[in-house]
Amino acid sequence: MTAIDTSSAIPPSLLRRASAALYRRPRLVLGALLAPPVLWLVVIYLGSLVLLLVSSLWRLDPITTAIVREPSLQNFAELFSLDKPYLGIAAHTAVIAGIVTLVDSALAFPLAFFMARVASPRTRGVLFIAITLPLWISYLVRVYSWRIILSDDGFLNWILSFVGLTGPGSLGDLPIALVFSYIWLPYMILPTYASLERIPQSLLEASSDLGGHAWMTFRRIILPLAFPGIVAGSIFTFSLTLGDYITPTIFSGDQFIGNVVFGHVGVSGNLPFAAAYATVPVLIMAAYLLIARRLGAFEAL
Amino acid sequence: MGGRWTRIGLRAASGLTLAFLYIPIVIVVIYAFNDSKNQSWLRLIDSIGSRGLGGTFSLHWFDIAVNNDQVRESFFLSLQAAVGATIVALILGSAAAFAVHRHRFFGRDAVSFIVVLPIALPGIVTGMALNAAMNAGIRGFDVGPLHLTSPQFGIFTIIVGHATFCVVVVYNNVVARLRRLGHSLEEASMDLGADSWQTFRRITFPALATAVVAGALLAFALSFDEIIVTTFTAGTEQTLPIWIFANFRLPNARPIVNVVALGMILLSVFPVYLSARLAGSESAGSIR
Repeated sequence: MTAIDTSSAIPPSLLRRASAALYRRPRLVLGALLAPPVLWLVVIYLGSLVLLLVSSLWRLDPITTAIVREPSLQNFAELFSLDKPYLGIAAHTAVIAGIVTLVDSALAFPLAFFMARVASPRTRGVLFIAITLPLWISYLVRVYSWRIILSDDGFLNWILSFVGLTGPGSLGDLPIALVFSYIWLPYMILPTYASLERIPQSLLEASSDLGGHAWMTFRRIILPLAFPGIVAGSIFTFSLTLGDYITPTIFSGDQFIGNVVFGHVGVSGNLPFAAAYATVPVLIMAAYLLIARRLGAFEAL
Repeated sequence: MGGRWTRIGLRAASGLTLAFLYIPIVIVVIYAFNDSKNQSWLRLIDSIGSRGLGGTFSLHWFDIAVNNDQVRESFFLSLQAAVGATIVALILGSAAAFAVHRHRFFGRDAVSFIVVLPIALPGIVTGMALNAAMNAGIRGFDVGPLHLTSPQFGIFTIIVGHATFCVVVVYNNVVARLRRLGHSLEEASMDLGADSWQTFRRITFPALATAVVAGALLAFALSFDEIIVTTFTAGTEQTLPIWIFANFRLPNARPIVNVVALGMILLSVFPVYLSARLAGSESAGSIR
């Protein structure tokens, strides 16, 4: 018999010695694990964000249309000037985002309540999947479907014709608000459901034992405890509406932050101004998040 | 709780909300099978009345869509981008998950923050930022005597953009599984004399495999559907969503757009379904 020793004990295989060496140097392993994702996300992604922020301080030379790489606050001065449309557009976007948030919280609550407090565990599981699945279906396809539904000879007008009504058409703020409400609805249902599910049954029983009838229990116990969940959902509905430009484009709206930003990058090549304007939704969201945190939304996420 | 009428009302409202969520999706599916080029719903209903289901619905536009050169090219580009982004996200997401779960280090909390950031910020911000950086890269840097440039806009830049926001789904799935797994199995393996490589190969990896695959499937679905970041990183190339966005207004293209839309629905529902089966309860819901 020749000496082909397959037992790993003597001498230790190269692999075993290598893994033993690595085991004794956890910092080396950590470094190897951490380097690729950190390099990617910090160098490529955060680096890009910093570059964007810096370029918001540059400006476009109106005559040569070349980008002048000297820091100035000119873009921001233009943004906040009352003679320009930009503040109005930001306000318009925020109002639509607010309406979408209210519509979604009204639509989400009954379903979330049904799931959390009425449905059997089995139904609850099915509903959970049914609500999550649309989020994974292409955003664009779901917006496009409304373009078909809302067209003059589309599905909605056909349904409404039976009761003698016509739909909102496929132009302007009304369809845009409707489609935003549709697209982001699951983001509102899920946190609302989570907060309702967490309400202990004993609290509801205590309330009715103490003579609180259904409406009072709802108003004094359920609603306050569900509120942080609704605020958590509103973070999504509000911020996603603020930054979107695809839906307004499809329904021919141009009074949205996203559209103006996109127009400045694509059509006029004015990246510095676009970068400056893109800080507006980020700032609005930062303020919104601060308020949301005071309302306890982060515990509900 | 509540009265009988409250419960009936609750049921009705829940049913209506579910219908609201699904009717648009069903309508896209119906339109994909519409034999006529005409996009009117009234015509469709009339046609069912006069020509029956068989005369109204067919696979006619499937045939045309599948043989359309632009659709094919964008489909394959989307596929390449999704596969590329998934591979990168797998490596980066799993590495980050292991680092955070197994080690204590300065800035550990910051890792989960920066992983989520690309999908937390508005897509247009991420898109513009990457676009600005890629433009700077294409213009190039002087490093001593060398002039370094990064690749032109195309499949490479699309993958870079998609991978950036796909890392989070892999990371979330793997971290969740690692947490559930705990350390005891691995410690038992080491106690029984296995080295760390054997432990990884025989214990850790098999236990993680389904979570890794689930994360990969979700990353694939996320990348395949993405449009906003892609608009800023694709240059003149067209992925499938960008093709739809460029063509949905053209009356001639509408029937093909419907078929492509159905294809995109299937290509996201199927991976997500598989992923949920593989990962069990820890998947899908928490991520998006």
